[in-house]
Amino acid sequence: MLNKLKAFWRVVRRLSGDDAYERYLRHHAEQHVDEPPLTREAFFKQWQDGKWKGVKRCC
Amino acid sequence: MKTILKNCLWLLIALSGAAAVGGIALHRGESINSLWFIAAALCVYALAYRFYSAWIAARVLMLDASRATPAVRLDNGRDFVPTNKWIVFGHHFAAIAGPGPLVGPTLAAQFGYLPGTLWILFGAVLGGAVQDMVTLFLSTRRNGRSLGQMAREELGAIGGTAALVGTFAIMIILIAVLGLVVVNAMKHSPWATSTVAATIPIAMIVGLYMRHFRAGKVLEASALGVILLLLSVAGGGWVDHNATLRVWFDHEGLTLAWWIIAYGFAAAILPVWLLLAPRDYLSTFMKLGTVIVLAIAILMLQPEVKMPALTQFIDGTGPIFGGKLFPFVFITIACGAISGFHALIASGTTPKLLENERDIRMIGYGAMLLESFVAIMAMIAATVLDPGVFFAINSPAGIVGKEAADAVATISGWGFPVTVAQMDTLAREMGEATLFARTGGAPSLAVGMASIFGSAFGQGLLALWYHFAIMFEAIFILTTLDAGTRVGRFMLQDMLGNIWPKLGETSWYPSVLFTSALVVAGWGYFLYIGVIDPNGGVNILWPLFGISNQMLAAIALSVATGIFVKSGRLKFAWVTALPLTWLVIITSTAAWQKIMSDDVRVGFFAAANDMAAKLASGALPPEKAAVAPQLIFNQQLDAWLTLFFVVILWVVILDMLRVCWRYLAGKPVRPSTEHPHEPAPLNAQWVRD
Repeated sequence: MLNKLKAFWRVVRRLSGDDAYERYLRHHAEQHVDEPPLTREAFFKQWQDGKWKGVKRCC
Repeated sequence: MKTILKNCLWLLIALSGAAAVGGIALHRGESINSLWFIAAALCVYALAYRFYSAWIAARVLMLDASRATPAVRLDNGRDFVPTNKWIVFGHHFAAIAGPGPLVGPTLAAQFGYLPGTLWILFGAVLGGAVQDMVTLFLSTRRNGRSLGQMAREELGAIGGTAALVGTFAIMIILIAVLGLVVVNAMKHSPWATSTVAATIPIAMIVGLYMRHFRAGKVLEASALGVILLLLSVAGGGWVDHNATLRVWFDHEGLTLAWWIIAYGFAAAILPVWLLLAPRDYLSTFMKLGTVIVLAIAILMLQPEVKMPALTQFIDGTGPIFGGKLFPFVFITIACGAISGFHALIASGTTPKLLENERDIRMIGYGAMLLESFVAIMAMIAATVLDPGVFFAINSPAGIVGKEAADAVATISGWGFPVTVAQMDTLAREMGEATLFARTGGAPSLAVGMASIFGSAFGQGLLALWYHFAIMFEAIFILTTLDAGTRVGRFMLQDMLGNIWPKLGETSWYPSVLFTSALVVAGWGYFLYIGVIDPNGGVNILWPLFGISNQMLAAIALSVATGIFVKSGRLKFAWVTALPLTWLVIITSTAAWQKIMSDDVRVGFFAAANDMAAKLASGALPPEKAAVAPQLIFNQQLDAWLTLFFVVILWVVILDMLRVCWRYLAGKPVRPSTEHPHEPAPLNAQWVRD
């Protein structure tokens, strides 16, 4: 039961983008080891600005 | 043994589905239980998903699980990210489901519950879901190209331009009509107006919280926002009862329309993080939460649908909008059955997240079925009202009369009994001054939802439930308004950039101000006219929106059909050609009637000429005569706009047919832009399958 709740929480965090920075750090550690990662603030700014560049919502 | 059991199960689902659809189609009693609708919908969706979508996935699209998706090949941790299919499903559904599937079915309920319900069910499984799935597939095979780019690259420059211009036009009409829905919900309602106004500072607080105070803590900030929103609903009730405060929020439609226009401009030039992004989080949570609660409430309560299966208004004399059942029921319900707008989401954003090609079936086809289900619930919420009450709320004063006594007399005369006392009691219960002529669909949906919620979770809180429902509709209408204005601005900058490159720079502030003002002026004009129109405006704007949305769907289906033929899949082209043909028939018929009809409630030119004649002979009362020249000009403009939509539609169709004919005649056509096959990296999950 606890595991299921935890899994549900992970889905909620993933869907809302709450864990975006953690995912970014993981991606960064895998692919771009040579440069330092962005700070939390800087990453979130970039992530949010990028998210609203196109058609994101419908009627 | 297992297969036999499975076959029996599907046979059972098929039989129950047939029984339920037959039940709602043939039932002719006083009322019918809403469970019939739920059962019919679930069986139709299950069968269509299990068989039709599986067949399309395997035979028509030939989805290939071993092929690397763009997200896998181009993974950059930002826009291309391989994502679990349930997460993509959530994002995709949140993006496609807006206020459209709530408003359309409510308006179409004037024909009775049956036509709208059947179109929502069969339009979705044969048209809308197919369009979404096929567009998602084509875009995934082309590295997430947008619909406009695909049209240009696969068909030619004409198709591409038409898709771009069409998208821009539909955006303008969509925002205007949604703005009108909100204005009509807030008109002379201090409670609704103060609650909707409160959503703006709340969104800003949430935006500041997740930008500066606790960067990236999206869930914390949203939880705070949802709590504040619920408090604002209760707070609106307090404002409503406070004699000094309530006058601040008690306004005419026109004043509110100017506020909405000013808000739209501000939202378009303010930074995204301050207003648009936090508002979007809040509206997404509200939307998902309310849809789930509504489904639970309908299942718990199983309300009786009181609207007849068919009303006399199928002959075209309906009060909410003029026009016969065919083609106008298919125009009025676009979202929920087939919506061209989805093609913009299914190309571009979603394909960049797909982890595996076989997820296309669940995300493209499945998410549309869920939206269709939302439309069915909206239909139930509209039809559980007494038909007399439904028509009293939704009929404009210009049709049934300004005085309450005249309105109830007219509506009761149609055979839908309703009394002034009944409407007054209902308005008092909902915490509103009046519910007469509250057109646009939002108030009647809110009354329907409030009565369902009230019966399921406590009758005492009807006014709270009503204003919660209004806030819920307003918050994501305003999100569409913000996001749409911004997208419109980007498109306009893109187009104007071809003339003067400086205007195309999205970060050059003068260009941002100029293009935002142009977009806001575009929809602001239609909103203004809609508000001063004594017939409510929705009856003009909603069909225009429906025609433009169906036109966009037809463009998406044309691109798909053209690509099928070009890639040697002629024998399967009917999968998209069939819904395309139907859309062409209904949009062309509707456009023809809107332009040519002699009926002043249908034909734009007929209405303009009729009003001009009345104005010239002095037959109009002074307050109508004052706005008549503007209304006449607007009717003529709408006629030309309709003509423009239908011309664009036919240009794309003919362009597609030209490409198909050239291919079949062995002449050269543009090469396919499909990305060549690259094997997906093997991982444990595949080996197991």
